[in-house]
Amino acid sequence: MHNDQHPGRRSLSRRDIIRTGTSMGLMLGLGSLLPGYALGLTGNQELTRRTEGNTDIYELTIDRTPLTIDGRRSVQPITVNGSLPAPLIRLREGREAVLRVTNKLDEPTSIHWHGILLPFEMDGVPGVSFAGIAPGETFEYRYPVRQSGTYWYHSHSGLQEQLGHYGPLIVDPAEPEPFEYDREYVIVLSDWTFNDPAEVMRNLKVAEGYYNYNRRTVADFFEDVANLGWSAAWEKAGMWGRMRMTPRDILDVTGAEYTYLMNGLSPDGNWTGLFEPGEKVRLRVINASAMSIFDVRIPGLPMTVVEADGQKVEPVETDEFRIGVAETYDVIVEPQDEAHTLFAQSQDRSGFTRGTLAVREGMEAPVPDLYPRTERGMAAMGMAGHGDGGMDHGSMEGMDGMHEGSAGMNGMKHGDEKQPPIADRQISHGPDNHGAGAAMVASNPRPRLDDPGVGFEHVEHRVLTYDQLRGLHAWPDEREPQREVELHLTGNMERYMWSFDGQKFSEVDGPVPFRHGERLRLILVNDTMMDHPIHLHGMWMELETGNDGYRPRKHTLLVKPGEMISAQITPEHEGDWAFHCHLLYHMKAGMFRVVSVQ
Amino acid sequence: MAVKHVRSTALVVLGLMVPATGAVAQGVGPEAEPDWSLPVHDDVAYGQLLMDRFEYQAGDDEDVFAWEGQAWWGGDTHRLVVDSEGEALVSGGDGGEVESFDVQYGYGFSSYWQAKAGLGYQTTFGPGPDRNRGSAVIGVQGLAPYWFEVDTGLRVSEDGDAVAEFEGEYDWLLTQRLILQGRAETSYAFSEVREFGVGEGLNGLTLGLRLRYEVAREFAPYIGVRWQDQYGDTADLTRAEGEDTEKTSLVAGVRWWF
Repeated sequence: MHNDQHPGRRSLSRRDIIRTGTSMGLMLGLGSLLPGYALGLTGNQELTRRTEGNTDIYELTIDRTPLTIDGRRSVQPITVNGSLPAPLIRLREGREAVLRVTNKLDEPTSIHWHGILLPFEMDGVPGVSFAGIAPGETFEYRYPVRQSGTYWYHSHSGLQEQLGHYGPLIVDPAEPEPFEYDREYVIVLSDWTFNDPAEVMRNLKVAEGYYNYNRRTVADFFEDVANLGWSAAWEKAGMWGRMRMTPRDILDVTGAEYTYLMNGLSPDGNWTGLFEPGEKVRLRVINASAMSIFDVRIPGLPMTVVEADGQKVEPVETDEFRIGVAETYDVIVEPQDEAHTLFAQSQDRSGFTRGTLAVREGMEAPVPDLYPRTERGMAAMGMAGHGDGGMDHGSMEGMDGMHEGSAGMNGMKHGDEKQPPIADRQISHGPDNHGAGAAMVASNPRPRLDDPGVGFEHVEHRVLTYDQLRGLHAWPDEREPQREVELHLTGNMERYMWSFDGQKFSEVDGPVPFRHGERLRLILVNDTMMDHPIHLHGMWMELETGNDGYRPRKHTLLVKPGEMISAQITPEHEGDWAFHCHLLYHMKAGMFRVVSVQ
Repeated sequence: MAVKHVRSTALVVLGLMVPATGAVAQGVGPEAEPDWSLPVHDDVAYGQLLMDRFEYQAGDDEDVFAWEGQAWWGGDTHRLVVDSEGEALVSGGDGGEVESFDVQYGYGFSSYWQAKAGLGYQTTFGPGPDRNRGSAVIGVQGLAPYWFEVDTGLRVSEDGDAVAEFEGEYDWLLTQRLILQGRAETSYAFSEVREFGVGEGLNGLTLGLRLRYEVAREFAPYIGVRWQDQYGDTADLTRAEGEDTEKTSLVAGVRWWF
């Protein structure tokens, strides 16, 4: 399998070269829409910066650029400086950043610096932090850079993010990193559609399950009968049927619509990162998808996680990790063979993208099969430990394939590990169970931090879980939370309604009030059957894992169905901040709030 | 583009010009300026025209073309809903009937159910005197537990005749695209309406089985069988006209939406 040449895959027209006009990498025939940093041949290229005193200055131009993606021409891409994904921006900790963004689109746009703590006017959310960038206008972002790590940036206007308006943002630390590596690559994962994102949204709105070609069939029922017997299969079908929920609702938009990209290249494009034998390679993995949660692994090669959401964690070795939309993970690998496949499959197993780490250009390693398709289990309904309509928990345990990743599969669980502080919390959903906007509520939500989530049921190797993340440092504020804010993630698939506490953005009567400098505990309860990556702008969420060691700090928390999760927060920066599900069409449907820090 | 054009045209034709409700921007923060646009626009109106049955029915004595569909336009909670059902004779006679053309307000009162209320119109066309009547309609439509699509209503005509209607559908997925739909339809008249061939009491039962293949979600050709039996006074009226009360026909059609 090694050293297969596919010269045809990298066809490149002269016009493309002229249009994107980047660097020598293109001359080497790597494909038309590769930003420089993705080339792998010349190392990470970045957006050129100009330096004046303590200020680093960057110029960005947002435009529509026709590009070829997976061999098909598209006129849709929204690019930054002609590139999809947008070029790598490297900021430097301790300096001031000035980013001048010119809008050449015929509609307003914006850039949000995802994960960067800054004055709220610079956060780039139209309608919350500023007016947006009008067509033809140039907006100057200016903020002090006081952190380091792997982040990203993207449009916060409409559905532009789906069309390529996203790119990696690295902040180089002022102090040396506490780990060693010889070279690094940015891995931007994303999902691409050749259709109008507005049409995608409409399809989701008017036709439930439009993109789901993994629904339960009559044959699946009989397979259950064969595995479980008639009565258990019947009860299982009845339980889901009574709830009008399907255990096969994993992702709303699937491989039936999407081409999954790694650094702008489809699987056939085979993004390649070169290394010298014996080197340690740092991969900065960013999930810049609109809707796709990915599971990432390098078959046969362990990965050491050193950062999550740009923040240092105690190094933890794993074989695979799930990366929610908008999350980032930095891992260090030591390639053993001449070529390794970097494999990222969508959470619902409807598609994948891949790249290759290789000692020479043009190599390939075996590409693994997608994992078998799977179903959600009882935990997803938030009914773990509960009977349902006369069914006791014991009979559920007997149902093969009905469990989301079982706790303890990593072989790392210890009975004496502490529970998160909210473990015994009693949850109430209010008298109306969040109304028509919530098709279900989790009757007994639980922390599921030791659970890698749905889809790893038959996986033998290690899969990263949130409870394995331990912050490397203590964070400045060590006070106990003085106050608790509880929000429920709610939804109704039938009409594609998504919200917090059953109320979409246009229905709420005010922002969520945070007090400046207070110490609070944010509790998120997932009352839906889907995973939601919840992103809070402008402040860190210190995830309460209950384990010894420091809390990991995150900007985005992937909350599993039926899960409750908590984080400690110190709102450091006054102003208005967006708080939303980072699944683009969930946000568009109203799963969005403003947090006002005063 | 063409699809979009057809859609907007169709919605104009149907008179579904419900404006999206104005944005209530109370969720924005205190720092937001009044002239800023909202960070998300989640109260956009959507619409759909779905022809669930659009088919040729080949029977023993006559062949008909029949349709049943729904168009809606609006938001998550408030919608304008147009339901229509009817048939036209293709062979074995002339004429036909628009059995219903109901324009209703739909209110989503729970996650799976909407209540409907509005006005309906029924008419016959072809040879013989054209008959038509208006009615007031209320109903409930939604997804029942165990995935049954249910549409039920009460219709009171301008003459004061009342009919209760019930329709249920269930989809069996044989594969991801090959779907067997079973449906049952029945109605109960509280009084006789001779000119429309409706007797008092339970009118009859229509059962259907349709096997469709979803070439795309929006376009699914199907074949199937439809069986209809009439009961009581309605059956008597039909016999008096010299027709069979029990009809079986083969159907072929396309389920489509845009």
